[in-house]
Amino acid sequence: MTPLTPQELDAIALSLKVAFWATLFSLPPGILAAHALARWQFPGRQLLNGLVHLPLILPPVVTGYLLLLTFGTRGPVGAFLQETFGLVFAFRWTGAALAAAIMAFPLMVRAIRLSIEAIDPKLEEAAGTLGASRPWVFATITLPMMLPGVIAGAILAFAKAMGEFGATITFVSNIPGQTQTLPSAIYALLQVPGGEAAALRLVLVSVVIAMAALLLSEWLSVRAARRVAGR
Amino acid sequence: MSLSVALAHRLPGLDLDIAFEAPPGVTTLFGRSGAGKTTVVNAVAGLLRPDRGRIVAEGEVLCDTESGIWLPPHRRRLGYVFQEGRLFPHLSVRQNLTYGRWFAPGRRDGDDFARILDLLGIEPLLTRRPAALSGGEKQRVAIGRALLSRPRLLLMDEPLAALDEARKAEILPYLERLRDEARVPILHVSHALAEVARLATTVVAIQDGRVIRTGPAAEVLADPEAVPALGVREAGAVLTGRLAAHHDDGLSEIALTAAPLFLPRIAASVGAQVRVRIAAQDVMLALEAPRSISALNILPATVIAVRQGQGPGVVVQLRSGEDVFLARVTRRSADAMNLGPGTPCFGIVKSVAVAQSDVGRGRQP
Repeated sequence: MTPLTPQELDAIALSLKVAFWATLFSLPPGILAAHALARWQFPGRQLLNGLVHLPLILPPVVTGYLLLLTFGTRGPVGAFLQETFGLVFAFRWTGAALAAAIMAFPLMVRAIRLSIEAIDPKLEEAAGTLGASRPWVFATITLPMMLPGVIAGAILAFAKAMGEFGATITFVSNIPGQTQTLPSAIYALLQVPGGEAAALRLVLVSVVIAMAALLLSEWLSVRAARRVAGR
Repeated sequence: MSLSVALAHRLPGLDLDIAFEAPPGVTTLFGRSGAGKTTVVNAVAGLLRPDRGRIVAEGEVLCDTESGIWLPPHRRRLGYVFQEGRLFPHLSVRQNLTYGRWFAPGRRDGDDFARILDLLGIEPLLTRRPAALSGGEKQRVAIGRALLSRPRLLLMDEPLAALDEARKAEILPYLERLRDEARVPILHVSHALAEVARLATTVVAIQDGRVIRTGPAAEVLADPEAVPALGVREAGAVLTGRLAAHHDDGLSEIALTAAPLFLPRIAASVGAQVRVRIAAQDVMLALEAPRSISALNILPATVIAVRQGQGPGVVVQLRSGEDVFLARVTRRSADAMNLGPGTPCFGIVKSVAVAQSDVGRGRQP
């Protein structure tokens, strides 16, 4: 097997970069949304639940097109961000990261929410009677105890972000070195005659990365769960 | 320190309307399950917002629905020992113990930490995790954690209910030491009369969401009118005396005001104050001092009152010197003996009838 070409290496590096930033930036809002859905009572809770889950049930092409309408250079949010912060999403790797983050968000929130719901609220109550205000209770009790769920959610989101295709290609197209992630590269190779062999190599790389992420998440989760359960 | 509670709250199946004052010492809310005891404690702790009410601790208003005052739990400075311990599983015992100290005002007193570890005997557990503790150990750590948050009042909701008899016997002496040494007033919830007799200085008896009787423990427990509420089978007075001697034949002698009481060996030193609960149904009555009888304890007494119950039994309240105790006999016997206020008689108590768990430390004078 010949070594990977620079273009293939670019696609792999870009995918890892996109998935990393997508996961990192969706963690704080993911934890917040999961906490809100698990513990808060507020009007519009069902609406928030629906919004969070929307990317899971919409066709990815639709999500990508909506992103283009909103975050494109002529979209309301996109234009504002470009003028104010010089931040451009359309046809850039940042856009790929945004699309991946949105698509992975429901998976992340679900995993974290489950771990929050598994925490006995009576423990948080007990921390309150010991003098801890709500933010302190969250920082010292809730957050450490939901850690296994956060780790699981983050790895799940990372894997999903690595594999995101539909929304990404719709929103930021398939520009080598800029927005051509691993799945886009595989797709592109399959479009050219005789590209199957090259595509297969990238498929193998995909499988290896996904398996590594899965094993890592298992290992981290077991460790964190053991810590939280106090063994 | 004093705690003043007045609250009304409507729960499904229970209409709570309760008011009481808790003087220093251990105030026990006593009543059957579902009487509303835990609701009261939760309202004091701030975990439940009563429909109407006013709660004042040490002059500070914690809750007053009329003027809209509501202090959140973390600003009330009350230590709460829950029935199930509620230790934080992801923290070590030491971290659990010091949790409340991060938020407690004032000095971080190492001396205080050592004293409470010693008081509860939890020093050897410090490096363990809650999952590796027995039920009794967990509860001791929970008490230590609450104490170390420097509360102005300790709340204990059935701290022994989740434990078996052996574990209860293990923890009760610690709670007695706490009452006598820690100088933190305690609001304690229980449905076990034996526990109340061991610990309480003040009893607030609650039935169906109402306070039916309140007062010093010795008085309430020796009141025949309170017997139906406390439970006829379990009713019994608490006598406090000084441990006078340990005898060679395995008995300990307690000096009461009118006569000595001989009980199986008590684990306390001579001169210590001892509280003994004598169940009303373990007391026999005689008009003349019986001779040639196996029972060792014969207390000369005078009848204060006789209370007729629903069934065939009556509860007789007696005074022996300064001590007041209860006897439960049949109505037939009471009639035959012509018992009434002022009748002189003798109360007979078998030494072995008094369970070890009914003997505890008295409050230090």
